[in-house]
Amino acid sequence: MTVTIDSPRASTTKHHKGINLEKWGWVFMRASGVLLVVLIFGHLFVNLMIGHGVKALDFAFVGGKFSDPFWQVWDMLLLWFALIHGANGMRTVINDYAHNRLVGVVLKSFILLATIVLLTLGTLVIYTFDPCPAGSPADLLPSFCAGV
Amino acid sequence: MASAVAAKSGPIAHGEVPTFPVTIIIRRFDPEVDKEPRWVDYDLQMHGTDRVLDALHKIKWEIDGSLAFRRSCAHGVCGSDAMRINGKNRLACKTLLKDLDVSKPIYIEALKGLPLEKDLIVDMEPFFDSYRAVQPFLIASSKPKDGKERLQSAAQREIFDETTKCILCAACTSSCPVFWTDGQYFGPAAIVNAHRFIFDSRDEGAQVRMDILNDKEGVWRCRTTFNCTDACPRGIQVTKVIGEVKQAILRGKP
Repeated sequence: MTVTIDSPRASTTKHHKGINLEKWGWVFMRASGVLLVVLIFGHLFVNLMIGHGVKALDFAFVGGKFSDPFWQVWDMLLLWFALIHGANGMRTVINDYAHNRLVGVVLKSFILLATIVLLTLGTLVIYTFDPCPAGSPADLLPSFCAGV
Repeated sequence: MASAVAAKSGPIAHGEVPTFPVTIIIRRFDPEVDKEPRWVDYDLQMHGTDRVLDALHKIKWEIDGSLAFRRSCAHGVCGSDAMRINGKNRLACKTLLKDLDVSKPIYIEALKGLPLEKDLIVDMEPFFDSYRAVQPFLIASSKPKDGKERLQSAAQREIFDETTKCILCAACTSSCPVFWTDGQYFGPAAIVNAHRFIFDSRDEGAQVRMDILNDKEGVWRCRTTFNCTDACPRGIQVTKVIGEVKQAILRGKP
């Protein structure tokens, strides 16, 4: 015979309200991981395989890429997703291995600081890069500099 | 494997079980005497049909009666003799000596990540605490008709069939590196037993359990290292089960 026990037998209290950072952190890792595969292999393919391959890499090549809005957006996505993906991965490693709470907080602060500094510098480089610095020999610059 | 063992121990009579020497090194700890656990080795002559549990019995019954370990059914059903055998969590009663490399010593120690009490015995309370926390019982407000049972199709039963096999031996939870850290993580076994009810069509508490596991220390701390799947003596694909619970929480329903 089945017995039905009246409620409240189970607590139905919500454990947390608002957004769950751990959950969205996990989703971000999965989503950015897939995106990074495309971004990184696209980057490697264009830089190392197309045309003259690795020999084509010089100031002019990089300057040319940073002058193209398509590659600016590509490199920007690559920078932000790779750095945040890596930093969040480091954060979880610290969560798993730092037994001392203070050590964990200090290490995570360093990671946050490093991430912010690198993202700021990287973004500045991508958007304020001058492919035609004045007074440079023309043979080292991208071809379009001659017309500027 | 068995023939190599037989060859080593010389000619044997027909029907006789071959024996071989084996060294068992156990991490002993007596809280009344020892400050730190110490490794003690025992040289035994064992049969090809013997399990690690038989070796422990031989030590306890014939060499040192003070050796402490848990075992009840001794046949892989009760789940009381989970321990670390050569660095891997196994049931002593389901691990045959001949399947291990007996040319080297066999190292046996208590489960990691749970407080050590004596020799191979750990305090299982933290493990059962997180088991209790996921409310591992049927939550149903409806009364089945005419005092009969709640009906369920074979397909509905199949969904959670795997997780009904758990014997709560703690081999998975205590093999998890995340559980070793601070013991805040629910651990694989609790998630397996939550899965058992989350995907049960007769149960109404799925949302409650998913809320509990959607915690900071819930399923999201799983790093899919597959230690738990490797450790499970019942062959439950624990990491896959945890993945299914993650998916259910993202969907918001089982």
